[in-house]
Amino acid sequence: MNLQGKKVTLHDMSLRDGMHAKRHQISLEEMVNIATGLDQAGMPMIEVTHGDGLGGASVNYGFPAHSDEAYLKAVVPKMKQAKISALLLPGIGTVDHLNMAKDCGVTSIRVATHCTEADVSQQHIMHAAKMGMDTVGFLMMAHMVSPEKILEQAKLMVEYGANCIYATDSAGYMLPDDVTARIGLLRKELPKNIEIGFHGHHNLGMGIANSLAAIEAGASRIDGSVAGLGAGAGNTPLEVFCAVLDRMGVTTGVDLFKIMDVAEDLVVPMMDHPVRVDRNALTLGYAGVYSSFLLFAKRAEEKYGISARDLLVELGRRGTVGGQEDMIEDLALTMAKEQGLI
Amino acid sequence: MSKKLKALIIGPGNIGTDLLMKMQRSEWIEPVWMVGIDPTSEGLKRAEAMGIKTCATGVDGVLPHILEDDIRIAFDATSAYVHAENSRKLNELGVIMIDLTPAAIGPFCVPPVNLVEQTKNLAMNVNMVTCGGQATIPMVAAISRVQPVEYGEIVATVSSRSVGPGTRVNIDEFTRTTASGVEQVGGAKKGKAIIIINPAEPPLMMRDTVHCLTETTPDQAAITESIHAMVKEVQRYVPGYQLVNGPVFDGNRVSCFMQVEGLGDFLPKYAGNLDIMTAAALRTAEMFAEEAANQSITLPARG
Repeated sequence: MNLQGKKVTLHDMSLRDGMHAKRHQISLEEMVNIATGLDQAGMPMIEVTHGDGLGGASVNYGFPAHSDEAYLKAVVPKMKQAKISALLLPGIGTVDHLNMAKDCGVTSIRVATHCTEADVSQQHIMHAAKMGMDTVGFLMMAHMVSPEKILEQAKLMVEYGANCIYATDSAGYMLPDDVTARIGLLRKELPKNIEIGFHGHHNLGMGIANSLAAIEAGASRIDGSVAGLGAGAGNTPLEVFCAVLDRMGVTTGVDLFKIMDVAEDLVVPMMDHPVRVDRNALTLGYAGVYSSFLLFAKRAEEKYGISARDLLVELGRRGTVGGQEDMIEDLALTMAKEQGLI
Repeated sequence: MSKKLKALIIGPGNIGTDLLMKMQRSEWIEPVWMVGIDPTSEGLKRAEAMGIKTCATGVDGVLPHILEDDIRIAFDATSAYVHAENSRKLNELGVIMIDLTPAAIGPFCVPPVNLVEQTKNLAMNVNMVTCGGQATIPMVAAISRVQPVEYGEIVATVSSRSVGPGTRVNIDEFTRTTASGVEQVGGAKKGKAIIIINPAEPPLMMRDTVHCLTETTPDQAAITESIHAMVKEVQRYVPGYQLVNGPVFDGNRVSCFMQVEGLGDFLPKYAGNLDIMTAAALRTAEMFAEEAANQSITLPARG
């Protein structure tokens, strides 16, 4: 693979996707320290939001240690060069949340829908684009449909005003060829001024390989997270990815040793559990299940005695999508009843 | 003289047609008119075939017939944008408006919780909240009638096929309206609503999760009994309304996991979210008719 001379914008997810792995309990101090470290390392974009996006604070997804507003107000003023983005899932967050984020100094908004439901993003994308924000359409669970369907949905988001489209491997299910097919088709068919991005999860250990495939197929923005802190087995570990890109002659503007230090000195010591491809995270990738279901399935296992792996496989079989965390306890109860455990 | 109240349906789409089919079985409501804006609409043709008078020139086209046909109840299954005007014109003629759009200009109505109150007050415009609201607010109310609920949260998961373009283009309206219903009718101090659209095939049945945080330790026995009683109340008009799991008690959290199967009149059975709206709307109209027949309310006078 020859990527020599390409330029890529990296986007750190440790303070948003990483919130899942921390049950949304990252402290303001930790958030500011990590963001500051990343900013100094030259990371161009950093996402700061509840794991499930703006307005995600809930019984269903978990109440965070602080509100989105408190996190954003703490982090944004400290940034010297990095842009702060926020995630928004229509159906969970609203335009009111979007306005709040904008007022806090967020300049990039990523509007995320399931990969077949782009038309619920119209009001949010139009509003963000009208306010002049960097507006990203984020198509989740992109492994579940064909590249053609992804393109059809991406076109809707572009029509609403998105200037960048992501194919998102929320389940960490894709293999490099799956990434190439989706990103390649988007790059071929969408206007040249529309950027293409890829967001991976490392559940099958493919975070780096998939991200490289995405760059080769035309993606210019790649998500990952420092030390891999993210849902499931985490996101593409950015310090590793930076080293690989450096070896391949791809420009990122990120200082490798500085980001290595942020990973080792700040992020790893903060982890509640090693973020790695363990049995359950691997099941997510193998069964094609939304990565943030991981800790919910583990808790259901503890509470109801149903193996997390069995739960995740069944959730995959039923075609659950992002946001259906409530289904996990419901299913665990049903399975526990069937097995005479309760 | 028939005790039935005569009704008009505005909007010959899927919802309007399903409502018409349910209404034809009603002992209290008689469908007379179906109103649309497109003379070639399938819905108007279906209504005509079912022996209903149709009008393709909108509400204005039917206004001259309201008094001569003694229309007392109107169901608006169009959109929030045109609802206010439809309601004003029909209210002026003494027609009670049942609003299935998210316009919410009148008070919210969730039949087993506050229908009696709305009919006794003879509210001339009642709003049916949202599908997610109809499916979950009864459960919030079942808990809050036992003890104070600090926070009520509902998660509605619906099949992609059952979510129309109107909801999609303004999904914030769903979350906001449902959250206010959870507060105003459900009785939670603070409400939150989440909607998830799932495209699985075959389509999944509507499912809803209700999480409430009570102010003090929940009285498990009383809450469980209240929830079961409320489920039975909803089943009177939506037989496929089911408590699948729960109530689960975890500290001050009370959670119920519901499934809503529709009757399958015109809408498919999985679209319990739409069925519960049409069923609740009809139940509301029937209550007005029952109260009028009992003479506990007096409908606007007509010459």
